Amino acid sequence: MCVIGAGASGLTTIKNLREYGFEVDCYERETAVGGAWNWRHDRSPVYAGTHLISSRPLTEFPDFPMPDTWPDYPDHKRVQSYLESYARHFGLEESVWFGTEVISVVPVGDGRWDVTTQSTGGGSSRVQRYAGVVVANGHNWSPARPEIPGDFRGQMIHSAQYKDPAQLRGRKVLVIGGGNTGCDIAVEAAQQATAVWHSTRRGYWYAPKYLFGRPADQVNDRTLKLRLPLRFRQWLYRRAIALTTGDLTRYGLPAPDHQPYESHPIVNSQLPYFLGHGRIVAVPDVSSFDGASVVLSDGRRVEPDLVITATGYRPSFEFLAPELLDTAEDGRPDLHLHAFARKHPTLAVVGLVQADFGLFPLAHWQSVAVARWLRLRGTDPEQAAAVQQKESTRPLASWSRRRVVPTPRHWFEVDHTDYLRAVEGLLREMEPAR
Amino acid sequence: MKSDLLRFEDWTNPVPAVAREVVSLTEGVEKDRPPLLFVPGLGHGAWAFAEHWLPQAAARGFPAHALTPRAGGDLRAHVHDVVQVAASLPSRTVLVGHGVGALVVAYAMGRYPAKAAVLAAPVTEGWPTLWAALRTNPVGTIPALFGGRLKLSRKQLFGPDLPAEQAQRILDRVATARPRRELITHDPAPRPVGDPPVLVVGSPDDRIVPRVSLERTATRYGGAPLLFPGMGHDLMLDVAWSEPIEAILDWLGKQS
Repeated sequence: MCVIGAGASGLTTIKNLREYGFEVDCYERETAVGGAWNWRHDRSPVYAGTHLISSRPLTEFPDFPMPDTWPDYPDHKRVQSYLESYARHFGLEESVWFGTEVISVVPVGDGRWDVTTQSTGGGSSRVQRYAGVVVANGHNWSPARPEIPGDFRGQMIHSAQYKDPAQLRGRKVLVIGGGNTGCDIAVEAAQQATAVWHSTRRGYWYAPKYLFGRPADQVNDRTLKLRLPLRFRQWLYRRAIALTTGDLTRYGLPAPDHQPYESHPIVNSQLPYFLGHGRIVAVPDVSSFDGASVVLSDGRRVEPDLVITATGYRPSFEFLAPELLDTAEDGRPDLHLHAFARKHPTLAVVGLVQADFGLFPLAHWQSVAVARWLRLRGTDPEQAAAVQQKESTRPLASWSRRRVVPTPRHWFEVDHTDYLRAVEGLLREMEPAR
Repeated sequence: MKSDLLRFEDWTNPVPAVAREVVSLTEGVEKDRPPLLFVPGLGHGAWAFAEHWLPQAAARGFPAHALTPRAGGDLRAHVHDVVQVAASLPSRTVLVGHGVGALVVAYAMGRYPAKAAVLAAPVTEGWPTLWAALRTNPVGTIPALFGGRLKLSRKQLFGPDLPAEQAQRILDRVATARPRRELITHDPAPRPVGDPPVLVVGSPDDRIVPRVSLERTATRYGGAPLLFPGMGHDLMLDVAWSEPIEAILDWLGKQS
């Protein structure tokens, strides 16, 4: 089997494939494990202040917990050290070819694949044949940059290039983007920069990190455990926000144009604090640049020295022909459970999912499902065909979040309980007959 | 059906962290050997293994660790402690549980892909153990049924060959425990993750874990129990303590 990428998703895929008896070659273009969390390399989106957005119990691998003495929201250095100890504990590095980039993955018929790799230092390429390919190349490394007309005389960077608060010190900063990164950077800028504008296109539900003294996601999961209906949970969410964060429209933020649970959760306790202290000024969308100034959609002008676009990332699979993943023209792949290629039973993607939950456990269960599927194909083709037949009738609405704000940001958004229930259903179908 | 993937209890009510007592012997061990983690049962602590088995395992090249389960913890907390310590070790760990500690290990295997597991005199079935205890040691057992303390007796823990003085010294160290109702009412242990090899060892003369119970447990993991006649429940402290640990280490050597 071939695994592409040795970040969190790739590592758990190696581990689970090996647990199911497969031999694995993993290709990683960097020189160490960790992927996005490996802050030592350039492509990592991590900045100095990065902490987990979901709390520790909802983020750790289900079979390899983080130390229980760690804080509720560990920082990125701890997360990286966690991934390193995961790799060491399970001896995963022996399956990884570091400094090796995958150039192309081509089906050769009969379910097998030709994978062309090349050393990142250049040199000749090498082709290997594999019985299956699992893509775990991450989706937070290829920056999505907004197209803003006009010329800007100041400095403009994507949040991927933002690493250290020193970059903000003493400057006038405009942060574009209302995601978790945008909010984090605005908050850091509030403590470093001389002026901070935070531009968001729409209103969001800014959840606090703590509710009733517990991490807010743990409180939220209590409502899921009780299987409360969505409408009631939305009402609870609105009440909880009204009682904690409060009404942010009086700071100039637009009211949310959607219900709670219809967008990726934004969790930031400090943003409202700095809005209230006037350290962050909320501004609407940017419509154009004009020399030293930035023109906003309401006609106002601001003059920052530094613009940081925290506008996220796009998935990118340069080594795969788009039709293999049923990728639409806008770049959105169409995969069963956001993991299984619909027309190629030996091709899967792990970690291409976003949820109100940590990614590691979701990637773990995805890779368990992939491993069990690949094994079943080998041991019991008849049952595999039956599973495939049954899965093709699984309704999309049962695992994909039904209603979300229709932006690329939410292409892979799922509700973790619905999603895990669907994956568990699949795992049960693939139980070996006893 | 209970879900394996939706672990609301762990997500919403994580087991609180405590300082754990772990006794480790890692000097002069061989690099390619997996670490062993010994988990004692009711009334016992890491000391029960530190006596003989820990040094013996280390002498044979295995990094050896023994954990004292947290005082007053329930099964879930004890499983949490075992998984936490196992995950903190440098490589996939072999879990060795004794008595109720073997039940904890059986549960921990559902949470952590152990390299291998050894269930020594496992108290995996509550009722047969309760009957056996009532028959052998009614005075020490009955109070425990009503929330009182359990007082283990010499006859339960050791064979007849252990000198009385030595037995008394150990019995003095065994803390009186309050066994929880869940030792009897718990669900069957989950299916192990990662498909580890499992060895069940015990004694046909154990007055706590009846032989049928041993056999059923071993069958569940696809094997037969390895028996050491003449020994009591405390395989790691009885006179013939070296026989089971040597057999366990030999078995481990054959696994990789």
